Amino acid sequence: MQVYEIKKDIYWVGAVDWLVRDFHGYSTYKGTTYNAFLMFDEKNVLFDTVKHNLCSDLVHRIRTLTDPEKIDYIVVNHVEMDHTGCLPEIVELVKPEKIICSKMGHKNLLAHFHRPDWPYHVVENGETISVGKRSITFIETRMLHWPDSMFSYIPEEKLLISSDAFGQHLGTSERFDDEVDESELMYQAKKYYANILYLYSPQVRKLLKSVAEAGLEIDMIAPDHGVIWRKGPDKILKAYEDWSHHRGTKKALVIYDTMWHSTEMMAKAVADGLESTGISVKLLDLAVNHRSEIVTDVIDAKGICLGCPTLNNGLLPRMAGFLMYLRGLRPAQKFGFAFGSYGWSGEAVKHMNKAMEEWKFELVHEGIKVKYVPTHDDLKRCKEAGQLMGKKIIEALEDQA
Amino acid sequence: MKQYRCTVCGYVYDPKNGDPDNEIKPGTSFEDLPDDWTCPICGASKDQFEPAE
Ligand SMILES: [Zn+2]
Repeated sequence: MQVYEIKKDIYWVGAVDWLVRDFHGYSTYKGTTYNAFLMFDEKNVLFDTVKHNLCSDLVHRIRTLTDPEKIDYIVVNHVEMDHTGCLPEIVELVKPEKIICSKMGHKNLLAHFHRPDWPYHVVENGETISVGKRSITFIETRMLHWPDSMFSYIPEEKLLISSDAFGQHLGTSERFDDEVDESELMYQAKKYYANILYLYSPQVRKLLKSVAEAGLEIDMIAPDHGVIWRKGPDKILKAYEDWSHHRGTKKALVIYDTMWHSTEMMAKAVADGLESTGISVKLLDLAVNHRSEIVTDVIDAKGICLGCPTLNNGLLPRMAGFLMYLRGLRPAQKFGFAFGSYGWSGEAVKHMNKAMEEWKFELVHEGIKVKYVPTHDDLKRCKEAGQLMGKKIIEALEDQA
Repeated sequence: MKQYRCTVCGYVYDPKNGDPDNEIKPGTSFEDLPDDWTCPICGASKDQFEPAE
């Protein structure tokens, strides 16, 4: 099996997952990779492992380079099982002198594998250890995206091994950013941010600031998923800066579900209103768009319109599920508007408004409810609400500029 | 005594239990936690907590 030397004596030894299409509810149509890195020095260090079912790929790649027992340290940057699933097998094989992790990493490893007998070595935030000609500095990145997450930085190589941050679910035979299609890469990086990190945007901003202040020299960022940023580490850092600041663009989404096409007609009218003001609009039916793709569009949209008819005094389950998912990702700094048809009680709009109020969205309108089937006048009101949102977005972006 | 929730990770500080990880004794109110106390799960500072409902 192929190994890739990413820096002198530092190899990619991970695994490509060509099969995964659903990552705990996140659609991964391009598969993914679980990246692990092996650094040779006076002490040989393995950074992270792979998902359990791909353990033999990792072992095979390690063996093409060395006898596993020659590995001295295993660094666990993140305890989630896509990076530690085969840790028990690897520990057995390697018999490491140290398993290096953060304080929370130690706790979480114990809670996953129940092995108090392993040779843990807990590092403090900012601690540096020497491995010979080179050293490793550990930077705690709690909640990016688990309490145990940390970065490993090798100053002599200007290499940042960044765990899940800056990753992408993109399974390829290529290992570097300059070898794959750029727009696909940036889309997958954005999708990863939206689904995994969006809720921790305040922590991302803080981290970027502290990395800049510490003056870390970085010419390569190696995340644990997808390709390695060697051409464009600045590009992904800048993208994270934008996404974490909730910098909306001239873009709005009309996200809806419908029973008998009434709410769909309203959705089209709202979108028409937005479009007439020069806003870029996406009409997203929850029946055909995956939630993890929709939230990818949410992060740079300035306006969110939600449409849903009332079913049994509540929301259709697809909208309810979507709101639950989006709520967890903590969207912020957007305009909102809710609409929907109903037969007799009509609670759906109230539920959607309540959700958006909780997220502190600025509601541009009290919401529009239509009994059974919209009339011409109803659709005109929907279009006007869309126009109102369009104008608000344009004004807000002018103020921001 | 009131419980406080971490807005970053959702951990709830319960004065009844204190915070053994940071050597905070049971019975310590949130207000009496030292200013440099941080969330035992995610490291968030005290000002990132709000009263839990
Ligand atoms: Zn916390």
